[in-house]
Amino acid sequence: MVAIVLIVFIGCTLWTIWFSFTDSRALPNGAFIGFDQYERLFNTRRWRISATNLLTYGMFSLVFTMVVGFVLAVLMDQRIRFEDGFRTIFLYPFALSGIVTGLVWQWIMNPTLGLQSTMRGLGWTNFTFDWITNTDMVLYALLIAGLWHGTGFVMVLMLAGLRSVDGEIWKAARVDGIPTWRTYLQIVLPMMRGVVVTTLVIVCSGIVRTYDLVVALTNGGPGLSSEVPAKYVINYMFAAGNLGQALAASTVMLLTVFVLLIPWFIVEFGPKKNA
Amino acid sequence: MTINAEASGPRPRSFFTPTRIITYGIIIVAALYYLLPLYVMITTSLKGLPEIRWGNIFAPPLEVTFEPWVKAWTSACTGLTCNGLAPGFWNSVKITLPSTVVSVFVAAVSGYALVNWRFKGSEFFFTVLLLGSFIPYQVMLYPLVMITAQMKIFGTLWAVILIHTIFGMPILTLLFRNYFASLPQELFKAARVDGAGFWRIFFQIMVPMSLPIFAVAIILQVTGIWNDFLFGVVFAGTQNYPMTVQLNNIVNSVQGVREYNVNMAATILTAAVPLIVYFVSGKWFVRGIAAGAVKG
Repeated sequence: MVAIVLIVFIGCTLWTIWFSFTDSRALPNGAFIGFDQYERLFNTRRWRISATNLLTYGMFSLVFTMVVGFVLAVLMDQRIRFEDGFRTIFLYPFALSGIVTGLVWQWIMNPTLGLQSTMRGLGWTNFTFDWITNTDMVLYALLIAGLWHGTGFVMVLMLAGLRSVDGEIWKAARVDGIPTWRTYLQIVLPMMRGVVVTTLVIVCSGIVRTYDLVVALTNGGPGLSSEVPAKYVINYMFAAGNLGQALAASTVMLLTVFVLLIPWFIVEFGPKKNA
Repeated sequence: MTINAEASGPRPRSFFTPTRIITYGIIIVAALYYLLPLYVMITTSLKGLPEIRWGNIFAPPLEVTFEPWVKAWTSACTGLTCNGLAPGFWNSVKITLPSTVVSVFVAAVSGYALVNWRFKGSEFFFTVLLLGSFIPYQVMLYPLVMITAQMKIFGTLWAVILIHTIFGMPILTLLFRNYFASLPQELFKAARVDGAGFWRIFFQIMVPMSLPIFAVAIILQVTGIWNDFLFGVVFAGTQNYPMTVQLNNIVNSVQGVREYNVNMAATILTAAVPLIVYFVSGKWFVRGIAAGAVKG
């Protein structure tokens, strides 16, 4: 067990980092060539598009997932009737795979059959919703599907965080006449810092890994306009037979994830050092 | 006869305050957004092709037909073969069952060892596991292809099972470690004094006390492995593709007329297992994702 973990998690990771500095093509090759692969990577148009796409999609996805998840949690916290029913509805997409999510939304957003054609059929002949085939908008189509899949998860974590806040806080805030929304924003939210940071880290590392959803929804298209790094790696690794590029790209992904982990480490391990 | 009851206590506030109307309004609109795809999936899968071409996707089916379901299960084309999703379903079952059992068992034993039988370097090992759960899969993919090729299992069900078992380890071990750490240590010590060994304590004391966490771990693994696409595509080999891969092949194959009703039926069939797990396990699923997310 220990051996497997050491071999796989440490061994394989080191192997990938090492061979990202070699001129491997279809098969791994030992010739060390320094940072050449990385230089080539960042000069490749396809990679630059992938990275920019991920950045754009990631920023929007992160902000919307967190905000929508939090707002839903706050609404659910208002002693709502049928709370269990609504929670079930908000969370069920999370149980589904990225492939299923992608395919369903592909169908709804299909301009010739989905929402657009339905609205046109109902009389709005100028109604246009072609994001999925539109180079400039396809990332937002991805966002719609991504939010559908992931916000329920954030809501559940946030709701758990809200419920863990001491009820006395609420009484005190009410006595002081602080409006509910300010209590949430300025008192309760900072108190659940731990939950927020954990959720943030999980959502971020999920975004970096985004793969299935893209494969099923757009397969990177139209053109390269929804290509993402995770897909770039797989394509170069197994289809294009350019292993060096794939390994360099995945090492960049690894670095990104570790940078994103820093805030979590500070929250998880920081205070204990002072104690 | 009249009843003259005096009202006591504060006047009950009307249910329809502006705040409540807005709250419910937003929640109901949000719920519709979440339900819409499920509704579209189900209605589309029950329509005939002409109705799909001429009607709109939100209209309920005029003539309900189960033919798309039959076709999706038995004769839809996934790449070169046209045997429907059924083989993919059984592949997924063959992958999910052993991976779940083995990974949950190994993780339970590891978590138990990490808490009760600390060894030299166990903290380091634990940190590696923790970080391991965040490493993007792509980073470890190629070396694992080489290792499974060396083991002569690449392109077989065994390879996928092994990979799922390995990648299930970090999060599951974390779960079990935190759970075991919350159990009273006296029990363990008393059993030690009575002369019970590693396995006896595990099976007779730890396991019976931790059935809830086993349920959570099993839910996490079953849904996670069933929904996997990447490992199935890379390691299973064309004969053994799991359901998610076959589904994607059915829908995104370019040849012929696109049969959206069959596609949607296939999508529902693939989603059925995790959905059933979700609806049946209810609060356990929620507890599972919360436990999986929040490190104790």
